[in-house]
Amino acid sequence: MAVCTGCSLLCDDIEVSIDGRRITKTKNLCRKGFGRYRSLSSDRSVPKVDGKQVGIDAAISRAAEMLRDAKRPLLFGWSCSTLEAQRKGIELAKRTKAIIDDTSSICQGEIVEMVIRGEIPTCTLDDVRNYGDTLIFWGCDPSSSHPRHMSRFSYFPRGEKLQRGHEEDRTAFLIDIRASPTAKILSGNFVQIPPGGDADLIDAMLAVLDGKIPRVRDKKAMIAMMNTLKKADTGVIFPGLGLAYSLRGRMDRLKALVDRLNEYTKYNVIPMVGHYNMRGFNQLLFDETGFINRVSFADGIDHGPMYSVVEASKSCDLAMVVGSDPISSLPAGIAKALARVPMITLDPHRTLTTELSRVVIPTALSGIEAGGSALRMDGVRIGLDPIVKSEYPSDEEALSMILGAI
Amino acid sequence: MVSAMEIYQLTPKLNCKKCGLPTCMAFAVALLAREKQIEDCTPLLEPKYEAKLKKLREVMAPIAGATETGLIIHDERCYGCGNCVVACPVNVANDPKGSAIGLGPKSDRVILVVEDGVVKCLNPKECRRFGPNRILCNLCTATCPSKAIEFV
Repeated sequence: MAVCTGCSLLCDDIEVSIDGRRITKTKNLCRKGFGRYRSLSSDRSVPKVDGKQVGIDAAISRAAEMLRDAKRPLLFGWSCSTLEAQRKGIELAKRTKAIIDDTSSICQGEIVEMVIRGEIPTCTLDDVRNYGDTLIFWGCDPSSSHPRHMSRFSYFPRGEKLQRGHEEDRTAFLIDIRASPTAKILSGNFVQIPPGGDADLIDAMLAVLDGKIPRVRDKKAMIAMMNTLKKADTGVIFPGLGLAYSLRGRMDRLKALVDRLNEYTKYNVIPMVGHYNMRGFNQLLFDETGFINRVSFADGIDHGPMYSVVEASKSCDLAMVVGSDPISSLPAGIAKALARVPMITLDPHRTLTTELSRVVIPTALSGIEAGGSALRMDGVRIGLDPIVKSEYPSDEEALSMILGAI
Repeated sequence: MVSAMEIYQLTPKLNCKKCGLPTCMAFAVALLAREKQIEDCTPLLEPKYEAKLKKLREVMAPIAGATETGLIIHDERCYGCGNCVVACPVNVANDPKGSAIGLGPKSDRVILVVEDGVVKCLNPKECRRFGPNRILCNLCTATCPSKAIEFV
């Protein structure tokens, strides 16, 4: 059995047939995971320095040289690396007095931080399968982002206490701004809200819980939904990026709702983390510094919004990107600022970021070519075993070599 | 997906009974259920119905790959999410330690499996829709987010 590192579900029931380095057949992989496995032989990166192909050792020693000379380096990415590589990354940040940030600062950071700090209750996905009878998918579309979420853990499977699965024992609501593919499955319990309407909906939900008339168009449906939520044995809220962006800076609203629901019954929150080990990096950095992202080691440990990739890309003099493609995914203005800075990129594949980097260090594809461990979206540790040999080092090995060469 | 009425519009509408059925409408229904072939309608092969025959072959082409139960999988639409695999009542009954609890199938008697990121139908004879005493179960189509599974 192999583990899929296509998303943060880290499905560990994957069967793969291999012929040499070629994947011949896979079982149980969703289309997203299959894409990850298929990428084994497509668009792989090669070691480069200043656009010229070199040996891996030359690329590593050049990267170490650049990091040694940098005054204010930024180390970014980390969500697609194993825990072992992330640990090395934090060590490197300390050694080079760098700013370290991961994709959570532009993603689910606020919610993950609340979960890690214990401000809102959480549980594991196995608990959801066995006991989670009332689910709320909020601002997310698991069918597209985490295709096996509903079938493997949350809605469809039979659980220890929920033998009739979705047919009778489970109720799931979807709150979203658009009729996503998931809305086709949960069409009877789909609450469509206007963009940015999440806080108003929370107010309406709290109003019903306080016995007041909610300020929404369909008052009866809202009251019926809240009655169902109150009757749950174990409820779980899955906040997605939609909610994270809409409630940015106002996460106390979500906390107020979860606290209020917990007065009636047990409600947990599991953020729909995207990259396969974002939760792992957040947990490691939190254990090390007390913050989940946006940390500077320049003068002791400092934390703040000025150390997010968005701000730091304008002030840093070197960027090292590990397993991420910020030039493609960040807004054009920020990507342009980052592209002006000399970049070192560690990535198994060719991306827009590797194309614009001074130094490219190709790495093994974690979970397929390199082993280690990672934290699933609910914080459960999953071991990864390599199934194919790689000619390039893993992220962990490459970072160790850089650390040794500095 | 083509309907029996659309097929009927493309028959000669002679009710000649040469196919062994009483009416052209009955033939259209039998054709959709794959109990009859287009060639069983001999008048349709005459030159004057050439255009209708061509159109009928066109509309019948998408359902040519249907299983005995009428199941069609549109590979290009499938997400490989496995909702159908886990929701299928036969999969659950035949594979209580695998697909019933959300894992990959562990029994070889399951109907639906996900291979190479796309759902595949393995044992259509196990399906509730198979045979004359069929139940019109639709859990695999109802749980599909992308409408990648259809029944004829």
